[in-house]
Amino acid sequence: MLRLPRFRVLSPRTYGEAAKLLDEHGAAELDRSRGTPTLRVMLVAGGTDLFPNMKRRQFAPEILVSLTHVRNAAGVQENGELVISAGTTLTALAQDPRVRERYTALAEAAEVVSTPQLRNMGTVGGNICLDTRCNWYDQSLFWRTAEGYCMKTNPEVVCRVATSSPRCLAVASADTVPALMVLGATVHFEDARGARDVRLAEFYREDGMSPSTLRSDEVLTDVTIPREDGWRSTYVKLRDRGSFDFPIAAVAAAVRWDGRAVADARVAITALASRPILIDAARAALIGTRLEDEAIAAAAEAVHKTARPMDNTSGTISQRKRASRVLTERALRSLRPA
Amino acid sequence: MSEFSVIGRRLPKVNSWAHLTGQARYADDLFLPRMLYGRLLRATRPHARIRRIDVSRAAAHPGVVAIVTGADMPAKMGIMPSTQDETALAVDKVRYVGEPVAGVAAVDEDTAFDALSLIEVDYEDLDPIFTIEEALEREDVKIHDESKRANVFKEVHLSFGDLDGGFASADHVRDDWFFFEGNTHAPIESHSAVASYGADDKLTLWTATQVPHYLHRELEKVLGLPRSRIRVIATPNGGAFGGKSDPFGHEFAAALLSMRTHRPVKITLDREEVFYAHRGRHPVKMRIRTGVKKDGEITAVHYQSWLDGGAYASYGIATTYYTGALLTVTYRIPAYKFDGVRVYTNKPPCGPKRGHGTTQPRYGFECQLDKIAQDLGLDALEYRKRILQPPHSRTVNDLRITSMGLGECLDALQRATRYSERHGELGRGKGIGLAGSAYISGAGLPIYWNEMPHSGAEIRIDRGGGVTVMCGTSEIGQGSDNMLASVAAEALGILPSDVHVVSGDTSLAPVDLGSYSSRVTFMAGNAVKDAAMKLRSLLFAAASEKLGVAEDRLIAAYHRIYDQNDPEKFISFVDAAVLAESKHGTLVAAGSYKPPKGIGGSFKGAGVGPTPAYSYQAAVAEVSVDLETGTLTVDKVTTAHDCGRALNPANVEGQIEGSAYMGYGEIIAEEQIFRGGLHKKPSLLDYKLPTSLDTPALEAIVVESVDAEGPFGAKEAGEGPLNPVIPAIANAVYDAIGVRFDETPITPEKILEALGKRDNRGVPKSRIGPDGLAERNGDPKRAQRRLDASTEGRERKRTPPLGSR
Ligand SMILES: Cc1cc2nc3c(=O)[nH]c(=O)nc-3n(C[C@H](O)[C@H](O)[C@H](O)COP(=O)(O)OP(=O)(O)OC[C@H]3O[C@@H](n4cnc5c(N)ncnc54)[C@H](O)[C@@H]3O)c2cc1C
Ligand code: SF4
Repeated sequence: MLRLPRFRVLSPRTYGEAAKLLDEHGAAELDRSRGTPTLRVMLVAGGTDLFPNMKRRQFAPEILVSLTHVRNAAGVQENGELVISAGTTLTALAQDPRVRERYTALAEAAEVVSTPQLRNMGTVGGNICLDTRCNWYDQSLFWRTAEGYCMKTNPEVVCRVATSSPRCLAVASADTVPALMVLGATVHFEDARGARDVRLAEFYREDGMSPSTLRSDEVLTDVTIPREDGWRSTYVKLRDRGSFDFPIAAVAAAVRWDGRAVADARVAITALASRPILIDAARAALIGTRLEDEAIAAAAEAVHKTARPMDNTSGTISQRKRASRVLTERALRSLRPA
Repeated sequence: MSEFSVIGRRLPKVNSWAHLTGQARYADDLFLPRMLYGRLLRATRPHARIRRIDVSRAAAHPGVVAIVTGADMPAKMGIMPSTQDETALAVDKVRYVGEPVAGVAAVDEDTAFDALSLIEVDYEDLDPIFTIEEALEREDVKIHDESKRANVFKEVHLSFGDLDGGFASADHVRDDWFFFEGNTHAPIESHSAVASYGADDKLTLWTATQVPHYLHRELEKVLGLPRSRIRVIATPNGGAFGGKSDPFGHEFAAALLSMRTHRPVKITLDREEVFYAHRGRHPVKMRIRTGVKKDGEITAVHYQSWLDGGAYASYGIATTYYTGALLTVTYRIPAYKFDGVRVYTNKPPCGPKRGHGTTQPRYGFECQLDKIAQDLGLDALEYRKRILQPPHSRTVNDLRITSMGLGECLDALQRATRYSERHGELGRGKGIGLAGSAYISGAGLPIYWNEMPHSGAEIRIDRGGGVTVMCGTSEIGQGSDNMLASVAAEALGILPSDVHVVSGDTSLAPVDLGSYSSRVTFMAGNAVKDAAMKLRSLLFAAASEKLGVAEDRLIAAYHRIYDQNDPEKFISFVDAAVLAESKHGTLVAAGSYKPPKGIGGSFKGAGVGPTPAYSYQAAVAEVSVDLETGTLTVDKVTTAHDCGRALNPANVEGQIEGSAYMGYGEIIAEEQIFRGGLHKKPSLLDYKLPTSLDTPALEAIVVESVDAEGPFGAKEAGEGPLNPVIPAIANAVYDAIGVRFDETPITPEKILEALGKRDNRGVPKSRIGPDGLAERNGDPKRAQRRLDASTEGRERKRTPPLGSR
């Protein structure tokens, strides 16, 4: 078995304490003494993403600040809006009757993450902060040594996927994120100095090395979804197998019906670029329609235009690009009134 | 009532409780006092000369106890005595990324891991070779100096019957190219070995191996320790499938590290290392030319294969012959020519995987038969039935056929699936496909020439009626311990659960050649039966005296020996044992088995192919294709398998289902592929073994032809059932979408390509597959360029040269 690098664990009781610990231990600093530059201190929630990465030495932090013992870190509350604590497990999310009924896309997305075991450990916070993926990068230290590394861990090296690319093209791969985006989610952070809120749709950026505006001294505390009536939503994922696998193309879609016409709509994709993308052109193509075939085709066309898969996941570029269209059509068709 | 008391009953396997409750002791479960932990340093270059290895920093690292390198064990070794081209650790050259170069023993695994990065290896890169085509052409690069022509490892040509006449008399000739992609065994237990060199100057090696006897021989050679001082114990293998039937670097390294330190040393491979140990399915290009009469009768077959062997021999010479040897045993072929070439490439060595060498040609041939049936307007099932090789016959390449149940398998499938009515009738996107196949019940010859038995067994009965069976077989999860216990129990009239089995221990058990080529049930079964029948006659002699009943009227069953005419006249097994020991002395008997002579030809190369009995099988697959995403779903696989006699039907069905699962994985997704020498997916997340959610409904139908020479009529069931599943699925996909997949695996990309829906580009195709030796998919050097790319190169590309606009 691959072994974890040596590290220390700190277990704060509140998010505030966690943020303080990050600050005290020099969260923003990169440790360059161990070959691959690595953050000195990192947060860990369920560990289902971080620990495999550590075994492969993509990260080798000296200190882990564990969120496991943070009070009230898990749970779903409804008070006008839906408040999901960052430590809520994917299993809890998938099984929550309120989420299943009103925020269907989110329950569907949580339900198709990885395996039952990992969903029992993995959290929504960890999913939102999931590292981007690439099959030139998600490899052991041995493999990457033989490879000669790549830009994501060693900025002085090229990107192996597109050797002339000035940036890393690693892929956004979190299932719950596009679902949260089409549900209009906002994420809340705390650091040692205060708190901030960001619309999830504005949280990410097209950069595999630094895929979000999350700072390494911040803690994601919760996610809120506004309560608005009339929305129906769904999540459709393409993966190789019925379990285990990350998405290689995925579409979340939500439609608000006003009588028989679409009053509002949102379509978001993931695994088709370095960030999950909420696609405005798809929205425009759907508002005011009745989800006729032509409207759906226009929205799917907008999605297809936006999708930019690269050769760094399982499957192929053209298969995934095509799937962006097909999955959008299937998702939207399933949202038509029965 | 059955004539048997154990055979044919669905009794639980003798070791399943231990496996299910986690009590089975695999090699990695062994912890010995003062044990050290070892790890191997592996090559980071696909092809390079080793200029220098400096272990001084690693040796000085606190907690490191010993280090060994290739120079400490320079003797050539390898499973086949005639092609030993490997060393335990690389000596002066590395030939694939992941090849072991040095071994470190330390007080714990973390220390051993850290020490690896302190070993400095100075490599001088050589041009790597990654494709069959390159290997055949590049005279200037030699992966092994021994290759006479370019990088050819072995070339064979065999011809039987009047080939030209056969083709001349054909009404129709098909000429098709196929490609079978390489894949690997992926056993869930990774390889592990624990070596302990004791104060008595003897070495014990516990290891997950399928071939304790062959390993024993190689250890002697490489370590320079007489075999009499070495004991190999094959621990239960947590799956093997052929992947643990070579001697491996970690076994020698653990042994030598233990000899150096006089402390036990354990080396357990991590998952990625298992992908480098490999010895899996060879990628094979094939060209098959078949001539037939109007009614489909085959007049001639010319079969050619090109095998990508990876960096070393492994079983390659046998694999090469196997690609050509067994095509003749299923259907009548009056004229046959076989040309095979295996080349070296800078990738982990390929070797035997379940179906060894026969899986790839069987896929090609059964797909071609489906095309022939279509060309001639024949029902593919009826057609196959009409051209069957008859039982008790000889094939054109001089293989002796005895029991032959392929016709019964096809009948059983027709009853179970209504193939003939449903084929062609399921509508677009749904399909049903069929294929047949055969396999050996053990290779007719051992891998090193000798006249000794292939399998030996010893049975002891103690005074309490305890029965111990000792046999050198290796339990790899296939149920061989249960088979040994069942055969002994049937002969002696007790139950398998009463029997103690000591297997895979070179000191305690007579030699069995190993758990490969599906030989164990047939050969070890016969050896155990031989020993057990000797003991039975001792028991019967004593019982006959006591009961006053003639020996030929006695029956042994259910812990009694009784008069078949009057079952109330009986003596218990324990009492019979006591009487027999009083009469004959200590109750020990040995048995052995060696295949009969004359089961194959005498030409050069005739050694591969013969077996005491062939198993036969056929499969029907039912599939659905998503025409928009290209996703292929296999809904059901039904396999009928002629295993001679099912010693334990539940276990036979398990083997048939496991084979179907494995074949399904091979055609739908699994591939051992590389990017410029780097394995593309060396993890169980990326190497797409099907999960339980993906696995089709599996139905196993047992067909019993009762072989005259098999133990109680049994033949093999462990490998053959894999073979027909792969072409059956390919043929079903054709039925669903009208596209021939002459190449594995059948990925969504390829389906979309065929449907002309590769992201809306392209035109529909009626076939996906190679047209010759060339790589079908683009530029094989592309990945290498990505690996060689530098930032300066990038900047040059990005900033236009001066003067240009
Ligand atoms: C085999 C396998 C298959 C998988 N398949 C999928 C899949 O199909 N789809 C999918 O989406 N994911 C998949 N995953 C990834 C992972 O299981 C999930 O994304 C999970 O939700 C991660 O949550 P976690 O709590 O375990 O995160 P962790 O591993 O604990 O953390 C992940 C990252 O988020 C950071 N982080 C965690 N919590 C916070 C917080 N509160 N504030 C700030 N930063 C935080 C950590 O520092 C770390 O960088 C898979 C993982 C594996 C090993
Ligand atoms: S996209 Fe390029 S830089 Fe990013 S991880 Fe992959 S190879 Fe490395």
